[in-house]
Amino acid sequence: MTDLLSRLLSERDWLLTDGATGTNLFNMGLEAGDPPEFWNVDYPDRIRALYKGAVDAGSDLFLTNSFGGNASRLKLHQAEDRARELSRISAELGREVADAAGRPVVVAGSVGPTGEIMAPMGTLTHEIAVEMFHEQAEGLKEGGADVLWLETISAPEEYKAAAEAFALAGMPWCGTMSFDTAGRTMMGMTSEAMVAMVETLDHPPIAFGANCGVGASDLLRTVLGFTAQGTARPVVAKGNAGIPKYEDGHIHYDGTPELMAEYAILARDSGAKIIGGCCGTMPEHLRAMRNALETRPAGERPTLEMITGALGGFSSASDGTGDDHVAPDRPRRRRRK
Amino acid sequence: MSDENDDLILSELDDEELVAQMMDDLYDGLKDEIAEGVNILLGRGWAPYRVLTEPLVGGMTIVGRDFRDGILFVPEVLLAAGAMKGGMSILKPLLAETGAPTIGRMVIGTVKGDIHDIGQNLVTMMMEGAGFEVKNIGINNPVESYLEACEEFNADILGMSALLTTTMPYMKVVIDTMKEKGIREDYIVLVGGAPLNEEFGRAIGADAYCRDAAVAVETAKDFIARKHNSRVAG
Repeated sequence: MTDLLSRLLSERDWLLTDGATGTNLFNMGLEAGDPPEFWNVDYPDRIRALYKGAVDAGSDLFLTNSFGGNASRLKLHQAEDRARELSRISAELGREVADAAGRPVVVAGSVGPTGEIMAPMGTLTHEIAVEMFHEQAEGLKEGGADVLWLETISAPEEYKAAAEAFALAGMPWCGTMSFDTAGRTMMGMTSEAMVAMVETLDHPPIAFGANCGVGASDLLRTVLGFTAQGTARPVVAKGNAGIPKYEDGHIHYDGTPELMAEYAILARDSGAKIIGGCCGTMPEHLRAMRNALETRPAGERPTLEMITGALGGFSSASDGTGDDHVAPDRPRRRRRK
Repeated sequence: MSDENDDLILSELDDEELVAQMMDDLYDGLKDEIAEGVNILLGRGWAPYRVLTEPLVGGMTIVGRDFRDGILFVPEVLLAAGAMKGGMSILKPLLAETGAPTIGRMVIGTVKGDIHDIGQNLVTMMMEGAGFEVKNIGINNPVESYLEACEEFNADILGMSALLTTTMPYMKVVIDTMKEKGIREDYIVLVGGAPLNEEFGRAIGADAYCRDAAVAVETAKDFIARKHNSRVAG
């Protein structure tokens, strides 16, 4: 049986995902410091409203409210024993909204990072990471998620652990990393290296890509890095609505709906097939993105100059790929074995 | 390259070569070799403070610079910091005995409402790697927790971290409270976190915004040096 996402991917040139979860929930009154996953039980109507906001704005796929729903993150709120339950309920609510949409909408069970540094640098072992991801995956599966959706990952080891866990749960999945450090992930992975890693997995994702990071321009440079490798696997682009700005005691993202519409078009022209937003992306942004994707013709593959011209500059000169990235010569002394 | 490289004996190197070799070993995160080098230099009568500053802090400066420039990434830096910490654990009791000046003392924590601690944990590891004493007070700190910890720990530096755009503004609450109590100038206040920028740091009255853990270390060293200078001048 083919999963819904694979079917839609075979029928359509592009799919629109949802936008921000956190930004929307804070607007509904989530207090900073409180785990959003508790709301699946405490305020299910607000979570339904979050999902419905994306569906009504034209999203073909939305992520469940379970990003921090692994035992490691929930432990910070003394709720490590609720990982499976909170994940399951996030997907059940998603199922209700998707099934009432009147068109096929994919419920993607969100799985965020553990927040731990993996061994040997840190303390999280591969086995425990797999166990935590597996527990969450089973919950999302029980709740009726169509696919699992790993996001905001920095360490390739953590990505691999999740892939293994999702195989144990027998679930199709997508997985994106955050490229926020000089064009690489915090742990140093380039877009190019991610393409290679994904193809080595025993249980590879349906689609892979980038989310969050540093604004829409950087994210598109990463997407160009993926597609330059000639990968046949669908690419996901889920960028932030611009850069957060601090004004008069509060924060807002500077990406307007018009800018995010430009971003969506450029993402498609860069070769991304699954396109959406991340932090700061609200239903009005999604509507503008949907409208642009539906009404504007596909264009040529953008250059870096076209991206910065439309969306603003990059945060770093290079993204660590290609021949232009040459480490300075650091003469080494003799090395011992 | 050749076989003779394989049996390099640290104790046979003269001081200058040994320091250079230790800086390389630190760069490569070789914990055992760093501990060995520290003991050799101490055995040759080097003051603990000199061992700390020349090969160790000197070596970590290169690591920090390459991290800042996108040549090294977090995994390599953590290995280097781990090796440095191994050397530090030998030096620490000796430094205390000899009354050597400390590099600096820092309290760090995420602000009230923010539960994202991976960034500050990295900063802690790298600051310790650079020889600072760090008290990491964890997540979700109200202003009282910061101020109590700073006082108890006799901190030079207060570090605040936030990942969420909704929690960043709380940094200003902490700084404003410090001003009200007249203790703002007693501390160097550094802020960091993915959504922040220099403009934000200035707007809330922090001493500096640190883009990443390496910049945090460089900035901290810079401010501590200025503080020492002004004390000497004053």
